[in-house]
Amino acid sequence: MPVAPVTKVVTGYLRPHKRFPSVWCAGCGVGIVMGAFLRAVNSLGIDRNKIVVVSGIGCTSRMPVYLDFCGLHTTHGRAIAFATGIKFAKPELTVVVIMGDGDAIAIGGNHFIHAARRNIDLTAIVVNNETYGMTGGQYSPTTPQGSSGSTARHGNIEPPFDICDLARASGATYVAREAVYNARRLETLIAGGIKKRGFSLIEAVSNCYTVYGRYNDFKSQIDMLRWQKEHAVPIQSWQKLPPEEKNSKFSTGVLFQKDAPEYVDEYDKLIERLGGKTGGAKSES
Amino acid sequence: MKPKLIQGNEACVEGAVRAGLTFFAGYPITPSSEIAEYVSGVLPRLGGKFIQMEDEIASASAIIGASIAGAKAMTATSGPGFSLMQETIGYAGMAEIPCVFIDVQRGGPSTGLPTLPSQGDFMQVMWGSHGDHPIAAVAPWSAAETVELMVTAFNISEEFRMPTVVLLDEVIGHVREGVDLSLFDNLHVVERMKPKEKPEDYIPFRRRPGEITPLANFGEGYRYHITGLTHDERGFSTLKPNEIDANIRALVSKMDMVSKKYASSYSFLMDDADFVVFAYGCSARVAKRAVTLARQKGIKAGLLRPRLVWPFPEHELRNLGSHVREILVPELNMGQAVREVERAVAGKTKVTRLSKVDGELFDPEEILEAITKG
Repeated sequence: MPVAPVTKVVTGYLRPHKRFPSVWCAGCGVGIVMGAFLRAVNSLGIDRNKIVVVSGIGCTSRMPVYLDFCGLHTTHGRAIAFATGIKFAKPELTVVVIMGDGDAIAIGGNHFIHAARRNIDLTAIVVNNETYGMTGGQYSPTTPQGSSGSTARHGNIEPPFDICDLARASGATYVAREAVYNARRLETLIAGGIKKRGFSLIEAVSNCYTVYGRYNDFKSQIDMLRWQKEHAVPIQSWQKLPPEEKNSKFSTGVLFQKDAPEYVDEYDKLIERLGGKTGGAKSES
Repeated sequence: MKPKLIQGNEACVEGAVRAGLTFFAGYPITPSSEIAEYVSGVLPRLGGKFIQMEDEIASASAIIGASIAGAKAMTATSGPGFSLMQETIGYAGMAEIPCVFIDVQRGGPSTGLPTLPSQGDFMQVMWGSHGDHPIAAVAPWSAAETVELMVTAFNISEEFRMPTVVLLDEVIGHVREGVDLSLFDNLHVVERMKPKEKPEDYIPFRRRPGEITPLANFGEGYRYHITGLTHDERGFSTLKPNEIDANIRALVSKMDMVSKKYASSYSFLMDDADFVVFAYGCSARVAKRAVTLARQKGIKAGLLRPRLVWPFPEHELRNLGSHVREILVPELNMGQAVREVERAVAGKTKVTRLSKVDGELFDPEEILEAITKG
């Protein structure tokens, strides 16, 4: 498949004025996710006036600042709840929610599982760097057991969530995972999630060298990407691994997909059944 | 038309629909649940959207999202839920997004008294969220007035791009009264001002004294950024002192603008009154009876009842302070609105607080006794 030049596509979607350099540290994976997301949008040919990017709080959540879409930078953990309001009120919009692991799964865990349960047509991209980066390296619900952090000085004793398992169990109809190391595949998975009608979750396994890396003896940013390369295994191959290897590595690709009624569609059916007019009592569009 | 027997909580919905409500998100809590129940039946028939969210924070967040997408949106809750919503209410203030919150007060603190009346959230409306933010609140005292003030609340919210609260209490929420709804069919309804300039010229948070910048709904060609961070005119976070200052002052200046345009109070026997009872909500209903009884005793009592409670009617009270001998403030709390009254009259006249926190309503005799003592 021919690929478009990376820089040209991405810069076409960035805000034209003075928002750079970004807040992200050198070597951070969030920029790679941003690039993958923008190329996905480009490949799908979505009208940029019809995309809304919603974020919560944290490093990842600064992404809408840079994107020439409608952007809503909300409160910590609540991005999905804000996004639910946007999508439900104006279903013709493509609503993408970009979050970190703390944002999505800790403080926002409740909204995450309920949006998945409703199967509302949102695309949630969770950039999982296994730590709270912006606040200084505290452990998160995805920090591996035994890893260190600024609030796990003696090693994290909590078992982590598998975000994809959580999404699948909650009712998401599209669940995918890829490491930022595999940026091109990440792009394809994000495009798949946007296309899929219903709640889609794409976990982007990322890296935070500045805090997580230093607390956990990674020698450089490159070291962290190398770790991803060595541990990311496409789902078909991963399934064939012996149990001990399964535990130490992680599966990538579309991990789960199903068809199920979508929330806004179901609501529209309800309105029709009642003889009402779909699309909002006084929808502007 | 014939009066229809409706509950205060149902009146909230009747008013909201007349104001153009298209979106409701909520989480059940006593004594506000009938609002969600009633609106869940009404909205889908009108093509509007109803969703029961997973909690109060989600509800508050969803209505803001919906509003940005062009909906007239509201939620309803009671004290504990209102506490949970505070961060999001502050967000609506900072991001300048219209939305209406109904708070049907119950006894507190904490889970307190779910089924009994209170007026303990009065200060929470204004000061519940951190930082200096704009917020307005109306406080009806009957089912009929609830219909009317719901429309006022939406109008304030849409006109000034800020969160607005409809402050009820358990009694007003649950009272059933005959209301001729047709009387409220032609109330003035404010529609959101939309930008006229081209998208590339749109400045979403323009700071011009005395002016509110029109709000561009998402999805209509205006691509811009909204944040809860202190931001510049374009909506991007800033650490420049002059921009921070301009942001906060612009927000807070809305309070004066609302006050000038929407100040509203009800007066009963106030023309010659030298003893004033200042009360709102259910306490004002009782106070009206007490004032009537006091007049029968030859006391020149009067009732002043604010309908717009935030911004607080401080000018009205300041003027009153110069020519009445006492202002009595009966409240179902340990003294909240009374502090504002004291601040407004600045020692020019005697201010007396009358607190009741046993889960019961005031009895007219209790207020009468306090008037007689004065």
